Formats: sequence, C-alpha cells, structure tokens
Amino acid sequence: MRLLRDTDVTRLQTTANEIRQDIIEMLVAAGSGHTAGPLDMADIFALLYFHVLQHDPKNPDWSERDRLVLSAGHICPVLYATLAHAGYLPKEELLTLRQFGSRLQGHPHRTALPGVETSSGPLGSGLSQAVGMALAARMNNPYTSQMVYCVTGDGELNEGQIWEAAMLAGKQQLHNLVTIVDRNGIQIDGFTKDVMPLENLRAKWEAFGWHVQEVDGHNIRQVNDAIGKAQSIYAQPSVIIAHTIAAKGVDVFERDFRWHGNPPGKGPEDRVPRSEQAAVALEKLRTLGGTIEASDRN
Amino acid sequence: MLHDSITPDLLSTEPEMAHTRDGYGQGLVAAAEDDDRVVALCADLTGSTRTHWFAEQFPERFIQVGVAEQNMASVASGMAALGKVPFIASYAMFSPGRSWEQIRTTIGYNEANVKIIGAHAGVSVGPDGATHQAIEDIALMRVLPGMVVLAPADKHEANRMVRFAAQHEGPVYIRIGREKTPVVTTAEASFAYGKACKVFSGEDATTALLSTGTLLYNTLKAAEQLVAQGLAVDVYHFGTVKPLDTEALDTITAQCERIVTVEEHQVAGGFGSAVAEYVAETNPTQVIRVGVHDQYGQSGTPEELITHYGMDIDSIMKAANR
Repeated sequence: MRLLRDTDVTRLQTTANEIRQDIIEMLVAAGSGHTAGPLDMADIFALLYFHVLQHDPKNPDWSERDRLVLSAGHICPVLYATLAHAGYLPKEELLTLRQFGSRLQGHPHRTALPGVETSSGPLGSGLSQAVGMALAARMNNPYTSQMVYCVTGDGELNEGQIWEAAMLAGKQQLHNLVTIVDRNGIQIDGFTKDVMPLENLRAKWEAFGWHVQEVDGHNIRQVNDAIGKAQSIYAQPSVIIAHTIAAKGVDVFERDFRWHGNPPGKGPEDRVPRSEQAAVALEKLRTLGGTIEASDRN
Repeated sequence: MLHDSITPDLLSTEPEMAHTRDGYGQGLVAAAEDDDRVVALCADLTGSTRTHWFAEQFPERFIQVGVAEQNMASVASGMAALGKVPFIASYAMFSPGRSWEQIRTTIGYNEANVKIIGAHAGVSVGPDGATHQAIEDIALMRVLPGMVVLAPADKHEANRMVRFAAQHEGPVYIRIGREKTPVVTTAEASFAYGKACKVFSGEDATTALLSTGTLLYNTLKAAEQLVAQGLAVDVYHFGTVKPLDTEALDTITAQCERIVTVEEHQVAGGFGSAVAEYVAETNPTQVIRVGVHDQYGQSGTPEELITHYGMDIDSIMKAANR
C-alpha cells in the first residue's frame, strides 16, 4: 500500500466530487439510470482508481493489472465517470450514456469499453467471476500480489449465487480477493431491512470463511486502511462492508430508496420538484467542494 | 456406401458399445497434456461426468465447486479472463439448464473462452426420470450468439471434439450422454468443425436423413433397411449443430425432396428446427423432425424410452416413408 497523505485525501475527495457531478450530468443526458448507488460509491471509486489499483489506462490489457469487477452493474455511471477521469475515455463521451451506439452501455459490457473488466447487470455473478480471476491469478503464481476487487450492492446479496461464490472463496482461501459491499441500506423496492433483511451481515460473511471489516464508506482514510489490512490477511478472502449514505453528496436525495433507480428529473418530488432536481443536485455538489466529512455517517 | 470415418463392419456386426462421457474424460486429459491453460471445474459430479481422470492427473488445475452450477459458469468466466481455458462439467439439465443466464451474460455476451460439457443429455439417461433428462439443451445453447454447439456421434468423436474445443477460441457447448452407445466412427477419424459428413450414400437419393449425436447409429440402421426396401437415402451426420453447415444443406435441398432430421431432443428449437429454419428460407423442402414432441421424459430403460418417444429405427423409417 502506498502512503496516503492528507493532501492525497483532499485530492481524492475533490475527484470524487467531480465524479458525482459527472454522474448527475450523465444521468440527466440519458434520461434514465440509477442515481443513489453511483453517488454513494464515488469516494470508494476515486480511492480505488487513483490510489489503490495497479493499472495503466494507456495499456488497459496489461496482464498483471489488478482487476476491479463491478458486480452491481447498474451503478456503472460511477465506473464510467471514474474511468474517464483516469483517462480510459474522453470525458465528453460520458454524455453518450445509454444511447444507441455508445460504448457506455446501460449496464457495462466488457468488449465495448477498455477498462471494463466484465459484462454485468444480472446480479450476483460478478463475485463468482472475481473468484475465478483470483483463482487463476493464484494458479499462475501462488505468491501473487495481483489483487482482485469486487464491488457488490447490498440488495445484491439477496442473490443465492453470491453465497455460492462466497462459499467457494472461503474454501479456496483466496487471499487475493477483496469484496467491497455498498451497504447503503436501500434497493429498488424499499429499504433492505424491509425487502430482505441482511443482518447479521458480518456474521454471515464470517460463517463463510471471510475476514470482515466494517467502515464508513465516505471516509477515504478508513476505507484505505481497511483495504491495506485486507491485502495483508493471509489465507482468507476479505470483505469490507462499506456503510454508505444512499445518494451521498446531494442531501435532498439522500437515504431515499426512491432514488435507487431514477435519474434526476424523474425522482420523488417531495423534497425537490422534478424540473429542478438536476440543477439543485449540481449546485449542491459544486458548493460542497471536497468537504464531505467522515463524521457525516449516521 | 459408408464414409471412411465410419467403422467398416458397423452394420453387419454387433457394434462395440462405449460411453461418450469416457470420450470427454479422455479427451480432456489429452487436451490438458497438450496445453497447460486447460483447467476443469465440476459441480460434485466428477466421477459420473468422467472429469475425475483430469482431477487425478492435474489436481492443481481442477476446481471442485460443489453443487453450484450457476457459480461454476461464472467462476469459469473469471478464469478465462486471466487466460485459462476452463471446461465446466455437470449434467446438461443443470448446466446449461439451471445456469443459462450466467452462461448467456458471463460467458456468451462476455465472449469468455469457456467450454461447457452437458452430460446425461437426452431421455436415454433412463431410470433417473424426467428431472434429469435434458431434451432442451441444444435449443438453449444454439440461441446464444457466438456459441458453438456440438453433439458427438460416439465416444471417439466426443474425444475429438473436446480436443478441438480446447484449441478453439470462444465458448463451446458439447452434449454427451449417460449410457453406452454404439461406437460408430473409427478412432482414426478426424473432426471437421462446422462440416456435416455424408456418412452413407444411396443411389440418386431423394430422401436425406440428417442426424446429430448418438442416434446416428439408429439412423444408419434405418437407412440400411430403407435401401433394402427400395428407398434410396443419404445419411448425413451433423456433429456441429452450430454453426450449421448451410453448404451441405444447399447440396441436400438441390438433390432431395425430403429431409428427415434425427435428434434425442425436443423437436422444438433443436437441430431439426435449425435445419427447417434454414431450408424454409432458402430452398423450401419437406422437413420431418424425429425427436421428442412437446413432452417430458420419464423413468425407464434407455431402449424403452427411445422407442416410446419415437427415436428408434422403426420410427426413423416411418418418418422417411411418411
């Protein structure tokens, strides 16, 4: 793990804020898509792509790169915006999201865009693929430092396939696999506790043989420390349950499951009329700068 | 006249019987000896799919995933992403039967270099009954863009197809059976990917029998008797169901008035459907499909079931004479 200075944290927070603004603009241009998850994962994506991952945007197929598998494919606006900031694609192209002929498919497609490691959208299968990648990396080199990261939603954990994959990763003691769960507490139909309760989530992962950490998903230093620890865990896969605030960064959208699957302009109207949702979101983010506070967790 | 890929005395003697799954298991070991990228995964059916020979010889390249076919498909996709050539084996009813969406998204759409072995396909699974008799797998796989679909005639061809699949870039589905079936081809024959083989030539035939999979033996026996009755027929073996050999079909429809397709599969969506779709669009010719007609299987002996569902020698002859 590289040293994370305070100036790095500030830089990453600023990048995350810019990614959030891009997400709003992309969703408004597309007229459909998911808002809450992409916004609340912006801090973690900024940390991953600009501090943690060993990757090379100029050589996306570099065989020794770390892999980032986005299992929750529907939050791809945050992946696309982050890849654009990293130089995988021109930023102007972000506004083609979900349009005919675009490389930015509504759910990610591996062969469409460099930097996208796998096609995803149907939930649960990304973790299985990440397990396969980690297995293959270890077959190639038992002492590999090549890491596989997998980002899942929390609603996604309803899928049986997640637990099939978790069981296999535990059996195989995949030290080079780190899963990050976006624990934002919402899914399309409601709060996760109402749709399908997940707790005790820590105990579930532990029972499957995983090393478990829980962090504030908006505290970049805390997440970074957890990833560092996960990398050092021997003979166990690691999961980081990142507690996030759904739609983090736009306070009038936050914590509301109705923002899971709607873009600005088509979301719930009780706090902001639809005609003003995009402008209000961008204004909030622009005035916020890099000031999302770690303490703003509960 | 039998093609030289066919055992010369096949029709005059009792055929040697062997498992197509043995051909897969032996072919997999041979493929792995030639290419260290080859890995295998199995969902708790290692012995009955014959993946155990590979597992014993290459334990470090074998992944036992437990009873989890959906996970197996996607884990294999991830391994392929790092350059492995994974073979995944289970019963066809579970893989691709249960794991179809994972195969579609993470292998097909994702263009992952994964080889899918569907064992225990067809009603000839026998006593296990309908839950374990996959008669929809060709349809499920041939509808996926880019998926190669292969159905070997016997043990030797299963072996050849597995070794071909290991060197072919892209997803491949190979369906194999449970029971011993007649050894129809010679051990020395070669596999011509995407090419139908005219295995039996009649004199100026006006009827063509097109077979895929292990029913080739019944089809050849039917042809022999049809010729004895005075009906000239040709027999073609389509080891490759997809991509379909349309050149062969063009030749057949230019010459024949009637096509009979034979497969141990639902007639809806299977090999016969693929033939009928192409022929209807190019040179409309009567296509009579021998196979299971919109029913589930049941327990019984393989012979009882093949006869009950109309895929025995008499049924093929009746279709040709209809």
